[in-house]
Amino acid sequence: MAVMTYRDALNAAMREEMHRDPDVFLMGEEVAEYDGAYKVSRGLLAEFGAKRVVDTPIAELGFSGIGVGAAMTGLRPIVEFMTWNFALLAIDQVVNSAAKLRYMSGGQIGCPIVFRGPGGSALQLGAQHSQSFESWYAHIPGLKVVMPATPADAKGLLKSAIRDDNPVVFIEGEMLYNTKGEVSDDPELLVPIGKADRKREGKDVTIVCHAKTVPVALKAADQLAKDGIEADVIDLRTIAPLDTTAILESVGRTNRVVVAEEGWSFAGVGAQVVDLIQREAFDLLDAPILRVTGADVPMPYNKHLEKASKTDPAKVVAAARRVLYLD
Amino acid sequence: MATKVVMEALSPTMEEGRLVEWKKAVGDAVAQGDVLAEVETDKAVMELVARASGTMLAQVVPAGGTVPVSEVVGWIGEPGEEIEGGEGTKPEETKETKKADEADTADKPETADKQDKADEKAPSKADAPAATDGRVKASPLARKMAAEQGLDLQSMSGSGPDGRIIKRDLEGVVAAPAAGSPVATPVFASEGPAYEDLPLSQMRKTIAKRLAQSIGPIPTFYLTTEVDMERAWEARAALNAVAGDAGKVSFNDIIIKATAVALAQHPACNAWWTEGAIRQWREVHIAMAVAIPDGLITPVIRHADRKSLRQISADARDLAKRARDRKLTPEEYTGGTFSISNLGMMDIHEFTAIINPPEAGILAVGRIAEIPAVVDGAIVPRRRMMLTMSCDHRVIDGATGAGFLKTLKLLLENPLALVW
Repeated sequence: MAVMTYRDALNAAMREEMHRDPDVFLMGEEVAEYDGAYKVSRGLLAEFGAKRVVDTPIAELGFSGIGVGAAMTGLRPIVEFMTWNFALLAIDQVVNSAAKLRYMSGGQIGCPIVFRGPGGSALQLGAQHSQSFESWYAHIPGLKVVMPATPADAKGLLKSAIRDDNPVVFIEGEMLYNTKGEVSDDPELLVPIGKADRKREGKDVTIVCHAKTVPVALKAADQLAKDGIEADVIDLRTIAPLDTTAILESVGRTNRVVVAEEGWSFAGVGAQVVDLIQREAFDLLDAPILRVTGADVPMPYNKHLEKASKTDPAKVVAAARRVLYLD
Repeated sequence: MATKVVMEALSPTMEEGRLVEWKKAVGDAVAQGDVLAEVETDKAVMELVARASGTMLAQVVPAGGTVPVSEVVGWIGEPGEEIEGGEGTKPEETKETKKADEADTADKPETADKQDKADEKAPSKADAPAATDGRVKASPLARKMAAEQGLDLQSMSGSGPDGRIIKRDLEGVVAAPAAGSPVATPVFASEGPAYEDLPLSQMRKTIAKRLAQSIGPIPTFYLTTEVDMERAWEARAALNAVAGDAGKVSFNDIIIKATAVALAQHPACNAWWTEGAIRQWREVHIAMAVAIPDGLITPVIRHADRKSLRQISADARDLAKRARDRKLTPEEYTGGTFSISNLGMMDIHEFTAIINPPEAGILAVGRIAEIPAVVDGAIVPRRRMMLTMSCDHRVIDGATGAGFLKTLKLLLENPLALVW
């Protein structure tokens, strides 16, 4: 075990998998000579050479198509998007090519590809660069959507994504890159895709969260604990496929649920979680499920408005108190 | 367009109302001002009148249903007209409802618009589920728990938004068998359930809430009466003259017997206050306070109304002795339906006793003393005794308690009645 940043955990995952499997390679804007826009690929060019760490032009649709084609031939590309905002230009390759190949070829052609990069907002990047798209991709049959919140999960899940024989949308967080945590150096320690993680145990209220809302939920749980309220914090880790068992087990423990996410409310990830719970655990509910989401506006550039638009611990605490009938 | 009929605030403190009876049936023609239904408020039974003319299209709340003020209870419109999916609307402020009603109830789009605005103004209430048809509002979990425990949600009050029954309202509630037929006679049948849970009426809930606010958890009041004990004195002397030493009865035994018989005739005083219901017992179990070295305990004489004086005397002696020896089992000092505390032997003239919840009443018994009394216009010495009953006002009203005391006084002053 070693303490490392989320950024270095991702770097370690790619390095280990590139050593393990010569078919794995990385391509994207600035991934090679510049060591990555966010330095996630630091040192990989020097270690693996220009054939396996490939700088691309600023042409997301083009290099995503190259990645899908490479995956069709049996290689295992990692395509880095500088952010998922830029991947909007490549979404046809992700949705119409990568997600459909296995189905439309009757299982003859697979597409073992990882699309990865940071998603969501950071600080004052403006409306076009502060967006959460996980619910878009989770909507598509044929795509797996993975969103780690901690360094250990980042490493274990990226390794699982690279080894997966299907396309994986891997969404990181710019604000998570510098967070530190214990990470195993065992190259065979994987975190399975499709498994949520109980980040804190409690009996009073379930807080379902993922990615950047995990630290938000944990802070909220700390505040609730001061009032004697014990929150059960469920980190989804994988959006698609959803770990329904972990969610329903937690509802069974607490009978009350708050779902927090960074993205917008309409048809968001939380809406799917609420749908699951009302259908499968109706008789376990003691209160309507509440959601905490980003405000229904393009992200403001103004610092104060941006802060007000985001999911934060105070909003999660308020929602938790309401489902507990305390306010 | 169809017009809603809502539960109106018919008194200033009314928060919910019970629809006692519909005066118009579905399909009846209705003119503005017609009486549609009788509604029991926290104070009285009032009339709910039509705010629009047309045909009674639907009765969302059945007779007997209780709903918060401003909730939809029915619809008036043209025959065959569609109503809003039978669904009510979100609760809104009482005043706004009244205003909307007074302005023009037929103007439904405006009403709906107002409700939207009200929701925007009070986002915290926006997602409260709309109560629709007078059904009990309970969380799914509460419904499941109630079904598992055999509890009747109808008789419970909820602490959630708009009276929703939630988990915490069910925790610690003791299951009760479904209420049977009401007690028809003061004499209890020996078969059937041991008690009956009476659902709390609006008036009873308001009495409970307001009086408890005034005087702590149990709003207690006291009733005192003076009892002439001359005949009881003679009766006891006569009984003890023919009894052996072991069979002698005390005044306390006579008071227990008389109290139990009086309670059987006044079941309203033989009751418990429980969450959501007044439990009227069909059995009389008298708890008697017994002083022991560092406190007191209240062993219970079961079915005291049906026991002979001699049996009560034997039970009381045995229980009191074992109470002092600390040999009582828990079943022997719990489950009383009414308590008696007697300090007469300590020469106390009169006093007030503290109610032992969930019982609703306790009788404080003073000494029997010869005092000057007026009998047939002449002052003569008489043996008299002061009785003071402490009453839980949530359960027992002044006249109810006084009626019981009157019976008790009659029995003690005519002890032969006890052998009927």
